Amino acid sequence: MNNRTGLFDVVNILLLGLFACMMLFPFVHMAAVSISSADSVVENRVGLWPDGFRLDAYAAVFQDNRILVGYRNTLMYVVLGTTLSLLFTTIGAYSLSRRNLVFGKAFMLMIVFTMLFSGGLIPTYLTVRSYHLLDTIWAMVLPGLVSSWYLIIMRTFFQGLPRELEESGKIDGLSDLGILLRIVLPLSKPVIMTISLFYAVQIWGNFFYALIFIRKADLFPLQVMIRNIVMMGQTSDMTTSSAVGDKKVVLESLKYAVILVGTLPIMLVYPFIQKHFVKGAMMGSVKG
Amino acid sequence: MKSSVIGQLKRDRVFLLLLAPVLVYYVLFKYVPMFGIVISFMDYNLFKGIAASPWVGLKYYKQFFENPDALVIVKNTALLGFYKLLFGFPAPILLAVMLNELRDRMFKRFVQSVSYLPYFLSTVVVSSMLVMLLSPTTGWLNRLFQQMGFPAVNFLQESEWFRTIYVASEIWQQAGWNSIIFLAAMTTIDPQLYEAARMDGASRFKQIRHVTLPGISTAVVIMFILQVGHVLEIGFEKVFLLANAATYDTSDIISTYVYRVGILQGSYSYGTAIDLFMAVIGFALVYASNKISRKFGETSLW
Repeated sequence: MNNRTGLFDVVNILLLGLFACMMLFPFVHMAAVSISSADSVVENRVGLWPDGFRLDAYAAVFQDNRILVGYRNTLMYVVLGTTLSLLFTTIGAYSLSRRNLVFGKAFMLMIVFTMLFSGGLIPTYLTVRSYHLLDTIWAMVLPGLVSSWYLIIMRTFFQGLPRELEESGKIDGLSDLGILLRIVLPLSKPVIMTISLFYAVQIWGNFFYALIFIRKADLFPLQVMIRNIVMMGQTSDMTTSSAVGDKKVVLESLKYAVILVGTLPIMLVYPFIQKHFVKGAMMGSVKG
Repeated sequence: MKSSVIGQLKRDRVFLLLLAPVLVYYVLFKYVPMFGIVISFMDYNLFKGIAASPWVGLKYYKQFFENPDALVIVKNTALLGFYKLLFGFPAPILLAVMLNELRDRMFKRFVQSVSYLPYFLSTVVVSSMLVMLLSPTTGWLNRLFQQMGFPAVNFLQESEWFRTIYVASEIWQQAGWNSIIFLAAMTTIDPQLYEAARMDGASRFKQIRHVTLPGISTAVVIMFILQVGHVLEIGFEKVFLLANAATYDTSDIISTYVYRVGILQGSYSYGTAIDLFMAVIGFALVYASNKISRKFGETSLW
């Protein structure tokens, strides 16, 4: 067997190393700028390594009420939304996984059709408006409550569970609901974990619903706050806030600090939950 | 034994009861908006409602076809989708092939983990990063340009750069994640095939060409057909966040245009007409691509 490392391997490793650097570069650069001293940022001296060490930008970020409100709102939407989405997706998938469910085919068709065709932006907006959900927490949660895609993935998983389990549950005198709670759900922990993570990430990053359904600033999720500060340049009250005093905080450091603070939770948990996401990608591809 | 519908309903009552809230959701938030499409044939007025607004037939569809903007936004949408497919489709395959050739398990796992990371960033964060890194005065890229003696480029204000930036950032975000499915397909290739190829003196490139690529060809074909079906589905958020009036001649796509005229300017009927027109084309594309991909493998959307 030919196991020595040849030119091919060297080039391949170099290219993939370069690729990995490209993936990580923005984060390293942003982190470096956000903690560098004001002068070195202004003079454009910061590349990958911080120049000077100052946490003033972060002090300014955490003094800004918008970031705190945004965080609070986003956490609320993520917890509420993930819980409800998971509940609805699970009961829907479980019912539809039953063999020979009466009208089962019609219900599935009804769900799949919505993956191909939708009323579009404006009818959706007007519908949500007519339910008086604009500018409420529910506008961030209800319109995207069930993802047909995740529902189908979960249904496929349930269908793959051995039939004997259900029958043995019946023999033990469990009801249909008992079988779901005592047998099916404990066996489905991996798929439930994966799908709840996908829902959570989706709700965490959702900007679109906030843009069209939410006008009240005290309901804005973190994403809207980040956009307002970084992209719309609404930073005046941060750079002049009393917390920073007469110390100079450069706008650039400040904006990078905002972006990183907004990314921090996912970066922190990512290494631990990565395998669940990958599993999810595989589940999707079984039928995709 | 033939059981009647009533008998079946009784038998499945617990399941139907569990399903009911889900169906209510689909009706309220998916099907009610679908019937809202009728307003594209009306002069819809928010205060009169659907019942009292007058019918105008195809007025708004005609208005769209006669509007010179129509061609621009349809073209922009199609081109953005086309370039994303052209450059974004091969990227994860190339990445998967390269990863598959790695012998160092640790390094492979490291590159994979790092490559999935951008997929989980929110669009706002990615767009914010782009705005900062591409800034003509303080952005890292322009500083590099200046150090090399090139003039600074105002990337996000110049329309000829928009498609490049969009497609490149999409690849940055998704290539790693999309490589998962191809890597999975590669694990099903019989290792004996590689061994036989080595015996025959095949170089690494030849092994890739004659063993790896044929081994994943079904997955490649199916993914390609599915992605062609979704070619017009360009995420609203990133385009909306990165576009501005200076670049509209390349960056304005159907969804951002509909948002502007519909939600911001309140032309509900006109906006809905544009959306419906495109949704019908999108539906045809996705439906056809699913039908075709079904022929290639047993896998499909349903």
